[in-house]
Amino acid sequence: MKSNIQLHPNGRLRHLLTIEGLSRDILIQILDVAKQYAVLPGEPVKRSRLLQGRTITNLFFENSTRTRNTFELAARRLSADVLNFDESTSATAKGETLLDTLHNIEAMHSDMFVVRHNESGAAHFIAEHVAEHVSVINAGDGRHAHPTQALLDMFTIRQYKKDFTPLKVAIVGDILYSRVARSQILALNTLGVTEVRIIGPRTLIPTEAQVLGVHVYTDLREGLQDIDVVIMLRLQKERMMKDVLFPSESEYFRQYGLTAETLEWAKPDVLIMHPGPMNRGVEMTSEVADGPHSVILEQVSYGLAVRMAIMSMCLGEMP
Amino acid sequence: MNLSILNGRVIDPAHAIDAMLDIYIDGENIIGIGAEPPGFKAKHTIDACGKIVCPGLVDIAANLREPGYSAKGTLETETAAAAKGGITTLVCTPCTHPVIDTPAVIELIQRKARKLAQARVLTTAALTRNLDGERLSDMVALRQAGAVAFTNAHHPLANTLVERRTLEYAATFDYLVLLHPEDRHLRADGCIHEGAIATRLGLPGIPEAAESVAVARDLALAEHTGARIHFRSLSTARSIRMLHEAHANQLPVSADVAAHQLHLTEQDIEGFDTHCHVWPPLRTLYDRNMLRQAVRDGLVKVICSDHQPHDADAKNAPLPSAAPGISGLETLLALVLRLVDEKVLDLQEAIARVTCNPADLLDLPYGRLKVGQAADICIFDPNAYWKLDTQNMLSKGKNTPFAKPVWEFRGQVTHTLFNGEIVYKQSS
Repeated sequence: MKSNIQLHPNGRLRHLLTIEGLSRDILIQILDVAKQYAVLPGEPVKRSRLLQGRTITNLFFENSTRTRNTFELAARRLSADVLNFDESTSATAKGETLLDTLHNIEAMHSDMFVVRHNESGAAHFIAEHVAEHVSVINAGDGRHAHPTQALLDMFTIRQYKKDFTPLKVAIVGDILYSRVARSQILALNTLGVTEVRIIGPRTLIPTEAQVLGVHVYTDLREGLQDIDVVIMLRLQKERMMKDVLFPSESEYFRQYGLTAETLEWAKPDVLIMHPGPMNRGVEMTSEVADGPHSVILEQVSYGLAVRMAIMSMCLGEMP
Repeated sequence: MNLSILNGRVIDPAHAIDAMLDIYIDGENIIGIGAEPPGFKAKHTIDACGKIVCPGLVDIAANLREPGYSAKGTLETETAAAAKGGITTLVCTPCTHPVIDTPAVIELIQRKARKLAQARVLTTAALTRNLDGERLSDMVALRQAGAVAFTNAHHPLANTLVERRTLEYAATFDYLVLLHPEDRHLRADGCIHEGAIATRLGLPGIPEAAESVAVARDLALAEHTGARIHFRSLSTARSIRMLHEAHANQLPVSADVAAHQLHLTEQDIEGFDTHCHVWPPLRTLYDRNMLRQAVRDGLVKVICSDHQPHDADAKNAPLPSAAPGISGLETLLALVLRLVDEKVLDLQEAIARVTCNPADLLDLPYGRLKVGQAADICIFDPNAYWKLDTQNMLSKGKNTPFAKPVWEFRGQVTHTLFNGEIVYKQSS
C-alpha cells in the first residue's frame, strides 16, 4: 500500500483514504481534535470560520444521503462552500470517464473531494490524479475502506472506555463485503487493543481473514466471551440476493443476532455499536438497540465532529 | 536479402546447437550454417561478435486487436513491437471484432500481415461462433483458411455439453483446442487472486478453485472425447499438480504459462496497481514458484507473452473496472532470459520455450535454424542491461508493470530477421 500518499512530506495529513499506514499518533490527534468539536444532541453546536473561502466537493458515485449529509454539515460548520455531485445526475452516467469527471470538477476550484464509490481503490485512484493542493477523503470505496466511519467508532469507544489497550472488540456479521469492518479492524489494532474478533458464518468471512489481524469465530457465544465492545454490521439484503451467503434473515438472526440473552455472554459493561442503517430484528432486537448498552445514536452525533476534525486537519491550520 | 551473420554464438535448441557459427542467408532462406556455401558473396554482413544468434521467437498467445480494436493495437504496430522483441511468428487470438470465426477474417489478417512483412501472423479461430459458447464454428473451413488451432479465448465455455461437442468435433479432425480454464460462476465479479491481498484491499477475489474446477472438468472431457487440448496460461500450483497427473495417465494435454506469471505475484498489486491486473490473476509466491518448477521440469514447455495491448483509458480507472492484461511482446525475451539469471532454466532450455517448443505444439516448421528454411532469426546482446521506457515501446499498448525502475533487464535484441529481411535493428 502506498500509504504515504496520505501524508504531506512533513508528515501532516493530506488525504484520508485508509487507516492502513497511519500511525497511532495521527489517529489520536484526529480523535483529540474531534473532541473539541463534539457535542451531543441538545447541546449548542460548535462552529468555526476555519475553512471560509474553501470549497469541499461531495463526489458520490454510490447513493448515501445520510453519509453525504453529515459530510455536508461538517463542511458548513467549518464555513466551507459545499458542492454536491451525485452519480444519478452526473455525466459519468452518460459515459464520461471518472478522470474526466474529476478534472471538470477540479476546474471549479475545489479544495477537497469527499469520495464515495462502489469500487475498491477508487479513492486511491482519485488521490493519485488530483492537483497538488487538493485533498481527498474516502467516504467508502467498494469493500476496501471507510476510514471516517471507523474513526467515529473509535471516538465513541474512547468516550466510554478510557483506554484502548485492555479492550477486546468483536465485529459481527458480513465482514467479507464490509469496508467499515476493514477500517475498524485496522484502527483498533493501530490503537493497540488486546484483541479484535470477527464473528460470522464462513460465507461472510474473507479468505485468509487472519491477515487483517483478527481472530475468527463462527460461534456467537464463544466469540462474545469477555468482550468489551460489540460492533454489529449491517446485512445488505440487495447483496444477499445476488450471492447465496446465508439461507434467510430469520436463520441469521437465530445464529448471530444480538438479544438480551446473547448479550449476557459479553462483559457486563459491554458497548453495542452499529454503523447504521440498522435492520431491527435481523442484527439485533429493538430491546438491545434501544437498551442501556447501545451507543448507536451517539455514534451518529460524534460522526459530525470526527469529520470536522479530518477536514480541518487536511485543509486548515490546526485549530 | 543476401546476408551473412558472422562471429555470433548460435543457439538452436531444436538441433541442440550451441556453438560459434556463421549463418548465410540468401533471399528468404538460410543457405548455410557454419561453412560458407561455395560461391556465396554476402552483400551485407552483421557482426554478431559477443551476441547470441537464435531462431526468431514464436509467441502462441498474442492479441493483435485488428480488426476491430485499433485504438488498442493494429497489425502494423503490434508486428513492429514483435520485431523489436525478437518475435518472428505470432499466433493471434480470435478476440477481434468481428471475431475470427469465418475464413474471411483470417484472410483479411493474413493479407495485411503479409503486406506489412514485419512478422508472420498466424491465427487461432473461434471454437464457437462469435465466441458465444453455444454454436460450433466451421472448424474445417477455418482450418483450411489457415487457423492453426481453436479456442474460445477469454470466454471459457460455461455449458459442459457444448464443451463436449466442440472437443469431439475437433478430435474428429485431430485439431488442437486451446482452453483457458476458468469456472465463470466461481470467478463471479472477482478481479484479483482471492487471498491475503484481496482480503486486505477489499478487492473481489477469484478463488484458486475457479481455475482448478475448470481444469478438472476439461481434463475429464478431454479423456472422454480423446481430444488434444492445451491449457492456456495456467496460474495455480494445483493446476500444475493436475497436469502432472494427467501426464502420468498419458493424456495428450499440454500447457503454457505467460511470462509475467513467472515473475509477478499478488503482492505486486499493492497500491491498486492496475498494470498488475491480469487474467488469469497473479497468484501467490508459492503458485509462482510451482509454475517456475513446472517450466524447469518441462511439464510446461511453452512460455508466451499473453500480449494484451490497451489504450491508456482502459487502465486509467479504479482497479476493478480497469481492463486486464499486459502489453508483453517487447518484454517476452527479457523475462525469459531473467529465468536464466535466476537459475530456473539454462540458456538453451529458456530459448527452447519461446522457439521450437511453441512451434512443435502447433506443428509449425518455425522456431529453428535450418538450411533451406525461412531465415527467421533473433540476435541479442546477452550482456546489455536495459530498462523499459513506455515511450520507446512500439506496441500501441503501453500497459506494462515492467516499466518501473526496479525492473532492470539483461539481454536485449539487436537485430530481428524475418524471412531473410532485417525487420528490426537496434539504433546505436
